[in-house]
Amino acid sequence: MTGAALHVVKAGLLTTVQDLGRYGHQASGVPVAGPMDTFSHRLANQLAGNAIDAATLEVTLIGPDLIVEADTTMAIAGAQFEVTCDDRPVGLGASFAVTRGQRLKFGRIVQGARAYIAVAGGIQTPPMLGSRATHLVSHMGGLNGRALQSGDRVPIGNNPRPRPVRKSVGLTLPSKGRALLRVMPGPQADWFQADALRAIASVSFRISPQSNRMGYRLQGPPLVRSREDELISEPLGIGAIQVPAAGEPILLMADRQTAGGYPKIGYVIAADLPMAGQLAPGDFIEFHVCTHHEAVTALIARERQLLRYADLKDVP
Amino acid sequence: MLLVELEPAIDPVVNERAILLASRLRDRNARGVRDIAPGYCTLGVHYDPLQTDLAALEQAIEREFAALASLEAVAARSAIEIPVNYGGEHGPDLAAVATHAGCSTAEVIKRHSERTYRVYMLGFVPGFAYMGRVDPSIAAPRHRVPRERVRAGSVGIAGLQTGVYPVESPGGWQLIGHTTTIMFDPGRDKPSLLAAGDVVRFVPVGHR
Repeated sequence: MTGAALHVVKAGLLTTVQDLGRYGHQASGVPVAGPMDTFSHRLANQLAGNAIDAATLEVTLIGPDLIVEADTTMAIAGAQFEVTCDDRPVGLGASFAVTRGQRLKFGRIVQGARAYIAVAGGIQTPPMLGSRATHLVSHMGGLNGRALQSGDRVPIGNNPRPRPVRKSVGLTLPSKGRALLRVMPGPQADWFQADALRAIASVSFRISPQSNRMGYRLQGPPLVRSREDELISEPLGIGAIQVPAAGEPILLMADRQTAGGYPKIGYVIAADLPMAGQLAPGDFIEFHVCTHHEAVTALIARERQLLRYADLKDVP
Repeated sequence: MLLVELEPAIDPVVNERAILLASRLRDRNARGVRDIAPGYCTLGVHYDPLQTDLAALEQAIEREFAALASLEAVAARSAIEIPVNYGGEHGPDLAAVATHAGCSTAEVIKRHSERTYRVYMLGFVPGFAYMGRVDPSIAAPRHRVPRERVRAGSVGIAGLQTGVYPVESPGGWQLIGHTTTIMFDPGRDKPSLLAAGDVVRFVPVGHR
């Protein structure tokens, strides 16, 4: 492979290439994938002067150690890690210049779970069905359909005119491993005992170790169904809270399947999905039922926050 | 995602309406709509909430659905043939399905391959088509504990459904055969061999 690249010295726990996702093929069963925290992915891109749909690296809990084989501009947003560039601390949520051969090293994680590394010009692995997003289970996109490994060279683009931003306000990260996520009733909310949705809002759920980019298994009091019918498989969206027969809910995340047959009691609103993406196994979730109006207001507020760093050509 | 619900039934006409509704909505190319995927009797409309006028989208769905209400039968389609090696190493559960049905393995092969199947929807993994409806006499339930690995091309039965595993994956269906047909290839113009609404016939090959 020739051209500019990131040389992977250590890959970290789970580092994948992600863009905004592989939309347009769910009718063929192709999952969307994409960032767990789209807000921080977009912010990192904007700070590096990229379009918001450029591919970034999603870093999970233990970050990578990379040699940057180009003069470029980079930015890191999302979870708070201790990061150094040639042993000098790197400020997160701001762009920084890197010269060829410098070593970007992730250290301890302080808060959150996932950070996004954007490089001016974007990660340039070959797109598959219109997207570079890695879907681990179906081995699609990213670098050969898998997470990065030590020794990999990840191709990057070049951006002749990066538009560096020195400082930004990032996502509010979960505090002490707890997050409050707002939910609205799902299509089968009435399949559960009366007030089940209110009931899930009165307890906290622990994210089980059997959780991943497909979804979070939530440990808490089992949700009791009032209807025992088999649901006919139907399309699934991100943020849906589905409840298998055993009553332990699963919050569906970026790598979810396109369809499923478990009833869905509710779904997390779009504005709170980035916060959900900053959680890890062992963290706690509390749900709060909200109205459609609150959901829209929250999303607009979130977008205003991003708009401040947007290149005008990206503004709809 | 906006979930559009038709009558809750596994029925070719309801399914055809869902597929046609998906197609008509795609043709509208509405702003903010990223993806439309039909299910058995539902439709998932994936949209960007910031770019979409939700009320207008809902009205458009109502209008398009009303235009489809007169559909009462599904037009005949020619069958896509999938060659299958039944039994032995290709179909490790064929004997168990025969026991379930109380007939010979040859009879299971005959009953599975003598009818055509409708593709109701795709899901689970890229290119996995849920097809029906299987002859009730051979409709063996799925395994209580799924296999960790089912090889790509395996042909299975789960109750009244049948399907082909496009890639190696975990799976709980009763495996009765195997096909060398490539069900999904992202490099092809049409990556998935099958689409919702297609008609499929399994053709036995290599009898021993």
